Amino acid sequence: MPDAPRLTPLLSLLAAPYRALRSHLDRWLFQLRGAESGSIMLVQRRIFILPSPHGLTYVVALMLMLAGSINYNLSLGLVLTFLLTALGFNSMLHTFRNLAGLKISSGRVQPVYAGDHAHFTLVIDNPGTLERFSIGVTRGGKDAVYTDVPARQAPTVSVAVPAPRRGILMPGRLTLFTRYPLGLCYAWAYVEPDVRCLVYPRPEAEYIPLPLPQAHAGLGIAHGAGQEDFSGLRSYHPGDSPRHIAWKAAARGQGLLTKQFSGRADTELWLDWQATPDALGLEGRLSRLTRWVIDAHAAGLSFGLRLPGITLPPEPGNAQHDRCLETLAMFQIGEKPHGNNDR
Amino acid sequence: MATTTDRLHPRHIGSLALALVMVTLPHFERVPWWVTLLAVVLIGWRLYITRYGLHLPRIWLLLLIVAATLGGIYISYGRILGRDSGIALLVIMLALKLLEMATLRDAMILIFLCYFLVITNFLYSQSIPTALYLLCVVWIVTATMIGFQFRTLQPGYKYQLRSAGIMLLQSVPLMLVLFVLFPRVQAPIWSMPQDAYSGKTGLSDEMAPGSLSQLILSDAIAFRVSFDSQIPPVNRLYWRGPVLWDFDGYTWTAARTPYRSSYPGPREYHALGNLIEYTVTIEPHSHRWLFALDLPARVPPRSQMTNDFQLLFQTQVSNRIRYDMASYLSYRNNAELGRYELQRALHLPANSNPRSAELAAKMRGAAPDERAYITAVLSMFRNQNFYYTTTPPLLLSRNPVDEFLFSTRAGFCEHYASSSAVLMRMAGIPARIVTGYQGGELNTVGNYLTVRQADAHAWVEVWLKDDGWVRVDPTAAVSPARIEAGLSAALPQTEVLTLLRGEYAWLRQTRMIWDSIANSWNQAVLGYTQDRQRQLMRHIGIDDATWKSLATVMFIATGAITLILAALMLHKLRAARPDAVVAAYTRFCRQLARRGVARHPSEGPDAFRKRAIASRPELAQPISSISALYIRLRYGDNAHGADALQLQREVATFRL
Repeated sequence: MPDAPRLTPLLSLLAAPYRALRSHLDRWLFQLRGAESGSIMLVQRRIFILPSPHGLTYVVALMLMLAGSINYNLSLGLVLTFLLTALGFNSMLHTFRNLAGLKISSGRVQPVYAGDHAHFTLVIDNPGTLERFSIGVTRGGKDAVYTDVPARQAPTVSVAVPAPRRGILMPGRLTLFTRYPLGLCYAWAYVEPDVRCLVYPRPEAEYIPLPLPQAHAGLGIAHGAGQEDFSGLRSYHPGDSPRHIAWKAAARGQGLLTKQFSGRADTELWLDWQATPDALGLEGRLSRLTRWVIDAHAAGLSFGLRLPGITLPPEPGNAQHDRCLETLAMFQIGEKPHGNNDR
Repeated sequence: MATTTDRLHPRHIGSLALALVMVTLPHFERVPWWVTLLAVVLIGWRLYITRYGLHLPRIWLLLLIVAATLGGIYISYGRILGRDSGIALLVIMLALKLLEMATLRDAMILIFLCYFLVITNFLYSQSIPTALYLLCVVWIVTATMIGFQFRTLQPGYKYQLRSAGIMLLQSVPLMLVLFVLFPRVQAPIWSMPQDAYSGKTGLSDEMAPGSLSQLILSDAIAFRVSFDSQIPPVNRLYWRGPVLWDFDGYTWTAARTPYRSSYPGPREYHALGNLIEYTVTIEPHSHRWLFALDLPARVPPRSQMTNDFQLLFQTQVSNRIRYDMASYLSYRNNAELGRYELQRALHLPANSNPRSAELAAKMRGAAPDERAYITAVLSMFRNQNFYYTTTPPLLLSRNPVDEFLFSTRAGFCEHYASSSAVLMRMAGIPARIVTGYQGGELNTVGNYLTVRQADAHAWVEVWLKDDGWVRVDPTAAVSPARIEAGLSAALPQTEVLTLLRGEYAWLRQTRMIWDSIANSWNQAVLGYTQDRQRQLMRHIGIDDATWKSLATVMFIATGAITLILAALMLHKLRAARPDAVVAAYTRFCRQLARRGVARHPSEGPDAFRKRAIASRPELAQPISSISALYIRLRYGDNAHGADALQLQREVATFRL
């Protein structure tokens, strides 16, 4: 295709207006209204329906059958053609009904590290007595997840959304769709749940030794990172250092457990913005601090966090871990979430 | 939209194979044996591949099979594109598609092809059993299609059949509306393969000894007649068909071109009785004739009448046609005979049947006039030992009339008609053969007359100076019972086709009921043509049913039916009334929410109890009690009715 290279600049020139037009059109046509909180009922005006590609093939087949029946004057051929035409109409109603009346709400979502996928859970509640089959949930048309919704039940579906940046992530516009029962029609509804996922900064991949704890009240620091005194096991959290996983326990089939070590309560470990090199840049420095928070927590240390303008005094425990990571995630970011127009 | 390159599950392939076998099954008796064998092998091959998880065959192998099939079909049929050969090809192609399909898309296309193959079955038969069988096939194909859509849960084949059945039933009202209102056009729109209407039995345009007696073995229906008034007596029911003028010594033939177009002449008669009005529904046959009682007094639409009173449709009667007719059973034909016609009605091949010529001369000499001669010929048949039989001896000599009159003396109506006509011509009386049907079986269930191929008959018309053409039926002379009471009464006992025309009353009754149903089916469903549609529309008040008005009505009706169906279906969506236990617990939760403890959607009743007690310790007692009752009622297995009442009572007190 010799023309292709010449076309490309033109296309890219048109891409922006096209996208703007498309977005306006979508908003008007599909009545998009931004994120909604609470449960969303899939009422009639939220559901759209079109013939699927198979449906169009079906229409062509029906037209051939009609022409053949007329030409050969086959009354029963006409009966069959009309029965199948009626079946097509009927399947439209069935496909619509398969989606209508469902109540969508969102469940809790676990914080993730930037670069991972956030798993938003949707609760698809079927308050009626009609069993629903093959309801797909997709974001941007890729990697649909299917579920069946029996009568009076509310299964959950997990939608993986990539979380490229730290901060608040929203799932954006999700598409619930179905082709059941015949696959001839495609019914869909857009939902944009108002649910926020906290995205921690991506922990620095390399192992960087923790900064040295500061001596407090003249006590010695000989114990270093305080990783010797094994104090117990807890269940594994993402981000735990692999060196602290109790592999023997895992081999016994007890699942992944992380070894906890008692730190020295009288040692104060400060994870300080100032201790990270300038050259890393904002995100790099936050990454390093994140890595340190994870390691310090895994080591069972009591640690504090110092950021420009923010100081979290040293404390041990999960709450401190979560607090510190949240602070790092939201550092110098407004409350504005991202992700809604990320398609 | 999500892409659908989903792989096929073995379960899908199994049900598709079943659907495919069912839809091709009726074709198996029509296609050559090797097509059946190949189709079965291909389907079996795919099942084998699926069963053992093997690779699909390579494309060159498939192409080889296609090439071999094309060759085989050309050898078997002498053509590729025709009705029968096309269907044989389609059967193989469908089996091949099953063999090579890999994705859901292929499977859907196969489903649509299956629907299409259902229609091809109707080319051969549109009877009620065929319709019922193919309805089952459509049901199974639809169920298979539903099966493709299950992603996680697999409710099973029974559930698919149930869903498909419900959906098809729901489609029936709209189907009826479309069937009645869809504007009919005059078929065909384009030319059809030449073999489209092969294999239809019926009268032909020639008659040789033995040709009609072959036909009477066929139980096929020629046409059905419903009379507006009293059905005339059977012996007057002469259904006039092709008129044969030309005799070559052995075979009588009709003029190749319609008599009227070449030789215009008067077609006059005096009616002597009442006009009999009736409606004929004729089955397709491979010629242009329409049949009517002798003498037809009306010309049906899109047809013409020749000078010898044959009704000819504008094309071959390739579909079932219904027409209103009227006839005079008694008439006097005043036709003058032109010179050419006279010559034609007297022509005999030279030097044939000398003994008959001798006999004719002798009898003509003894008779005072033409009428006396005719009577003499008929009484010869009646009084000498002539036999009426459906299995006459073959006439092989060069003078078949001589052979029949003087040696074999056993024949069917064509023998008697032929020899009488020859005797007439030998005596100088213009004569011609009329073929058609005689009589018919009264269906007492539907009160109409069924005329079968077995009722085929041939008689003679002679031209007399004062009376014009007069019917002479020598068969009536030799076997009056044939004309009076039908074929089975006329034949010796051994020859009666017992099952068909026997005396078993119940069998006869069953046959009549069945034929009556088939007739209604033909009238209402198969015979619903443009004319009938117009007629029906006039009944419901649409006088000038153009395709535009029909389409408008059709769209409105389609919309209305879809709306009604939608209302009925979506009605079910309303949230079901929760049962009393859930309702009571929901009230309890609402109360607590009002007091500041709202239950999360994902929170179980026990977790909620703990949290509620933690935040409202003063309510610990009722909260524990209600939660325990609810948990026992919902999840326990030793709950009873008293617990439910207790729960409701406690929730009621809790509200206060």
